[in-house]
Amino acid sequence: MTAAALGESARPARAAAGAATAPRSPERVADLSPRQMAARLESGQLLLRTGPFTLRLRSPLPQVAAGIARTYAAFPLAPLHGFADFHVAVLPDAGLRNWWRPQARFWLDGKASMPLAARQAFAMLEWGLNWCVASHAHQFLVIHAAVVERHGRALLLPAPSGAGKSTLCAALVQRGWRLLSDELALLDIASGQLLGMARPVNLKNDSIELIRRFAPEAAFSASVPDTIKGTVALMRAPDDAVRRMHEPAAPAWIVLPRWQPGAAARLQPQGAAQAFMLLAGQGFNYGVHGRNGFEALGRLIDRCTCLQFSYDTLDDALACLDQLAPGTAGGR
Amino acid sequence: MTTRQPKRPPLLIAVLREPGRVASLDAAQWDRLIREARVSHLPGRLAQLIDEAGLMASVPDGPRQHLQSAQRLVLQQRATVGREIGQIARALAGADVVADGGDAVDGFALLKGAAYVAAGLPLAGGRLFGDVDILVPKARLAAVESALLVGGWRSDKLDAYDQRYYRDWMHELPPMSHSLRGTAIDVHHTLLPPTARVRLNTPALFGRWRPVAAAEPGQRAAVYVLPPTDMLLHSASHLFHEGEFGHALRDLVDLDALLRHFAASDPGFWQALLPRADALGLRRPLFYALRYCRLLLGTPVPEPVRQALQAGAPSRPVIGLMDHCWLQVFQPRPSAEGGHAVAARLALYLRSHWLRMPTGLLLRHLARKAWRRIATELAPAEQPAATG
Repeated sequence: MTAAALGESARPARAAAGAATAPRSPERVADLSPRQMAARLESGQLLLRTGPFTLRLRSPLPQVAAGIARTYAAFPLAPLHGFADFHVAVLPDAGLRNWWRPQARFWLDGKASMPLAARQAFAMLEWGLNWCVASHAHQFLVIHAAVVERHGRALLLPAPSGAGKSTLCAALVQRGWRLLSDELALLDIASGQLLGMARPVNLKNDSIELIRRFAPEAAFSASVPDTIKGTVALMRAPDDAVRRMHEPAAPAWIVLPRWQPGAAARLQPQGAAQAFMLLAGQGFNYGVHGRNGFEALGRLIDRCTCLQFSYDTLDDALACLDQLAPGTAGGR
Repeated sequence: MTTRQPKRPPLLIAVLREPGRVASLDAAQWDRLIREARVSHLPGRLAQLIDEAGLMASVPDGPRQHLQSAQRLVLQQRATVGREIGQIARALAGADVVADGGDAVDGFALLKGAAYVAAGLPLAGGRLFGDVDILVPKARLAAVESALLVGGWRSDKLDAYDQRYYRDWMHELPPMSHSLRGTAIDVHHTLLPPTARVRLNTPALFGRWRPVAAAEPGQRAAVYVLPPTDMLLHSASHLFHEGEFGHALRDLVDLDALLRHFAASDPGFWQALLPRADALGLRRPLFYALRYCRLLLGTPVPEPVRQALQAGAPSRPVIGLMDHCWLQVFQPRPSAEGGHAVAARLALYLRSHWLRMPTGLLLRHLARKAWRRIATELAPAEQPAATG
């Protein structure tokens, strides 16, 4: 791979000296041409920042390149010879099966996941990255929850899969709330702040169409049918969220969502003890932190308003949640 | 004897030998070091060495998060193992006292990682754990298994072939895990398979145990660990006879840490080591253990011990072949393996099985395993447990 093919500045020394004709080093994924991006991705030289993590990505599969181009366009590139937290790859499987049913696997450091159908490769990358963070990032208390922020205050939506938190999260971030994550709340135990990654939001089945109609301007990766979760697509995070990915947020509300057909959107108080048990149950690495984790969770509950939330339509739901932190017209 | 070193020693091994080197690493080298440590199951050990050298604060933010994460894991697992040992001691309180070779045994001995924790060895501060391994006399095996079942443990492998494999031929019960806690236990009755070509002097294993917790009749069984020489020899025989090499470098690091610690804390250790190896029948694994610890990790081995081990050492061609295989297997490999490594691994895997059982048994066993692999390959694709 020549430096030019990868989009690297061929004369970094000249560029540093400020010569007017020297090419500028690409700063974001979108600064690379599709060919440059695919070339870097294929040779394992695509590095980007997602909040507190630097990822190094590799895949020869066009569906992965397409997914990244669509949903990671605004993400900052990281230096090739710098430190990466996770070297991950999505690689096609070799083997007999591949003749009639192409498969791919997610790789971290030479160890592979179970194979999935190759067309799910981009979704597999996202699931794999979530697994990497949840299994290794013990500098945080990692909780299975969506996190969004407004006016510096964070709203946590802890819930098991299927409770609608990703759908709500997608809708909120299209209406003035900043996305931190749709899956992983990263709690810094020392500071009590939440950190985010602004990675694409994972939507399934009917939610995909629902959000497309709710926010026609939102960008999606290609829908992939027949995953274990049904049809899956990834919604690109608003550029503002990506730009502010390093900004922490102070937790203010813990909201347990429940979709109830026909119900008017309603927030009701939730007992702190129950909220605690739910968060602990949704913790990925709660056990690793031992007593510190227990106390950190207690402090989190203490400083948050804990609420139950039932809703039917998205418009209703957002109008209700907006009252927690009234937005100004036109957002920030 | 020629020393066979790999062409470019991996960064991890260089840093394990000399932790001070981390002060001069650039970002790309840190990137490589952390990945090598992770695939070798050694991030905890690396973190411990860097901490002890007083260098943790100067590690750049990115890699430091990984090292400190590993330290948190180590602490949590150590606490878990400590509690688990207590649970096992309570469960085995009722199992009968049985005289074995004239010595009454009122408890069980811990092996490997759990033993390092119970004995308060420094290397426990850098190690990540899996199962708890215990040793009991064969005559007590049935009573121990019953007591564990009563205490809530269940046998993992239910396939009739696997059960027979363990019970008839191996040196341990099929692995068990606790139905509520999910913690795993391996119950050994000797250190090497009874079918092995190397005849381990099993009765000599008992009767020299060191107590770490006394028995409370009816409440808790006594908890022991092996004496330093036996702990070292077990670790050596485990590494150089087993067929799973995912933890090879980690096991070698354990050996190096044990040797350094016992050499410093136990005055008669070196003098006692070789005679004890002979008494147990474990001279050959000791030879390899000291050889590769010295070559790769720079472990200081006194000259008299090295000289004495030459007697009865393997022939030069054998040593050359073993060097080639083992030095491949000890390399940390963060990316997929090349052909050499795969061949080396296969050779050592076959060797371990050859050592483990007579040829007839071996052929039947390998055929059975091969059949199972093919059957799994052709089975419908399984669904993974994806997060979210």
